[in-house]
Amino acid sequence: MKAVYSRPEAMTKMRMHYCPGCGHSIIHKLIASCVDELGIREKTIIVGPVGCSVLIYNYLDMDGSEAAHGRAQAVATGLKRALPDRVVISYQGDGDLAAIGTAETIHAANRGENFTVIFVNNAIYGMTGGQLAPTTLIGQRTKTSPYGRDAVTAGYPLKICELLSQLEAPFYIERVSVHDVKHAIRTKKAIKKALQYQMDGSGYSFVEVLSMCPTNWGVTPLEATEWVGKHMAEYYPLGVFRDRGSSEEKK
Amino acid sequence: MADRVLMRGNEALCEGAIIAGCRYYFGYPITPQNEVPAYMSRRLPQIGGCFLQAESEIASINMIWGAAAAGKRAMTSSSSPGISLMQEGISYLAGAELPAVIVNMVRGGPGLGNIAPSQADYFQATRGGGHGDYYVIVLAPSTVQELAHIMIDAFDLADLYRTPVVVLGDGVLGQMTEPLVLPEPSKRTLPEKDWILDGAKGRDPRIVRSLRLSPQTALEEHVLHLKEKFDLIREKEVRYDSYMLDDAELVIVSFGTSSRVCKSSIQSARKKGIKVGMVRPVTLWPYPYDYIAGLARKDRVKAFLVVEMNLGQMIEDVRLAVEGKKHVYFYGRTAGMLPDEDELLAKIMEVSK
Repeated sequence: MKAVYSRPEAMTKMRMHYCPGCGHSIIHKLIASCVDELGIREKTIIVGPVGCSVLIYNYLDMDGSEAAHGRAQAVATGLKRALPDRVVISYQGDGDLAAIGTAETIHAANRGENFTVIFVNNAIYGMTGGQLAPTTLIGQRTKTSPYGRDAVTAGYPLKICELLSQLEAPFYIERVSVHDVKHAIRTKKAIKKALQYQMDGSGYSFVEVLSMCPTNWGVTPLEATEWVGKHMAEYYPLGVFRDRGSSEEKK
Repeated sequence: MADRVLMRGNEALCEGAIIAGCRYYFGYPITPQNEVPAYMSRRLPQIGGCFLQAESEIASINMIWGAAAAGKRAMTSSSSPGISLMQEGISYLAGAELPAVIVNMVRGGPGLGNIAPSQADYFQATRGGGHGDYYVIVLAPSTVQELAHIMIDAFDLADLYRTPVVVLGDGVLGQMTEPLVLPEPSKRTLPEKDWILDGAKGRDPRIVRSLRLSPQTALEEHVLHLKEKFDLIREKEVRYDSYMLDDAELVIVSFGTSSRVCKSSIQSARKKGIKVGMVRPVTLWPYPYDYIAGLARKDRVKAFLVVEMNLGQMIEDVRLAVEGKKHVYFYGRTAGMLPDEDELLAKIMEVSK
């Protein structure tokens, strides 16, 4: 019999703590697969800040550093400046990256730091139990927007890829999704490309991944995937925002 | 013998750090320590180091985390409001047992306060500063020479105990130009850094973290491990200087810049026949409790006088050491004002009656 799928070598055998239908486990596996394919497990350091994925270092079989809430890209900057020939991945949620860590995000991107950011956008704070995130959609109900997000009092959902695309330095910016297999495969390609760019010394690579949080959205895992495809992908259009390595942009 | 040079405090500390092997500086501008980033931005690229002006003090201290986790000697510098912003990060460094050196050229507070020299961050520095059960080592030099040399010690202590070390100065010390002999590199043998992150090549992966969720006792066990370390530091690393104490009946306790004013007043008082001397704690944490307690037990010693550039912070540690055996008086100026030599002399006369 032929094995069609097995656990990536860059993953530990530890059972994940994520809720059923959560996107983190899929994204972790995609990162591990890319690390395997690029053969960089022994030179990669993963940075996991506060959020549901703070324990990512338990699941990836590589060196890992925690970071305080919002400070992952400052930690990644220190690591990468100290170890320029290693691969550094900053894995952050939307509260971490787009609220408390907005300054670190914009400035690391603007300096063109040569590391890769995986930005998991599930439009809510998961770990603390479902509060309004900077990425929560208009009208979306959360623990702290019980009547639905109102733009008048809570502003508009932040489009981080579009924001970072205003900067000169970033080398690669793409938004992808893991709400179905087709998009998960596209996500894997984007992560692999981002890591390859880092290995080439190209500069800042940023992959935003739209993801599901059925527990805090109060829906079933299946409904959650549909919600990402229908509502999130509508407000947050998927695609490449910047790819200085592509033949078209090189011209 | 090494050459004597003339340097400003803020620049001398940079040379001290460089001699100590520091090649990573992350910081954000704030007065009165701006000469530090200016100097480092010029010097570090010349010797293959990394200078980065961060977007904030919060980013600076977390960049230190990254470089320290990679096993490098890294430092930042700031002044009071900036140090307040770093406290979360310092707590994380202490929890994760990462070595780092943080220079605080203290200015007047609270709030934005002013940019004049102060010692009002004593409580913050000596009680850990951030959240949680921990201490940081606090070194308080009083001359430019001592400041440069203490940087060697600061990096060694940080690596030896895997803990953040704060060098506590003030605007006078940072801005003052004095002759000094630069320090020699340390000869101390330090433990191998077998905990750093550099890619798990041919070994099990390592994790640098301060989070300890399970089992329920995991964090307590870790904090008790930190306590063992802090107890060892208390036992081995207490440093202080004494001045004219052999026959002293009045003991002044003062540190840093204020101790320099004390020396002048002590000399004047001695000319008037008053037997006064001084203890100058060099480590503010760990504090020289035992030494001061020993003085308090001497019949000859009648009283203590604590002199600080604040409303009275270190005086609490002196009282803890004296345990009510003798009177503990206080003289200080705060909010950026320096103790006045004549006012202090008058105070010495008053409490010596």
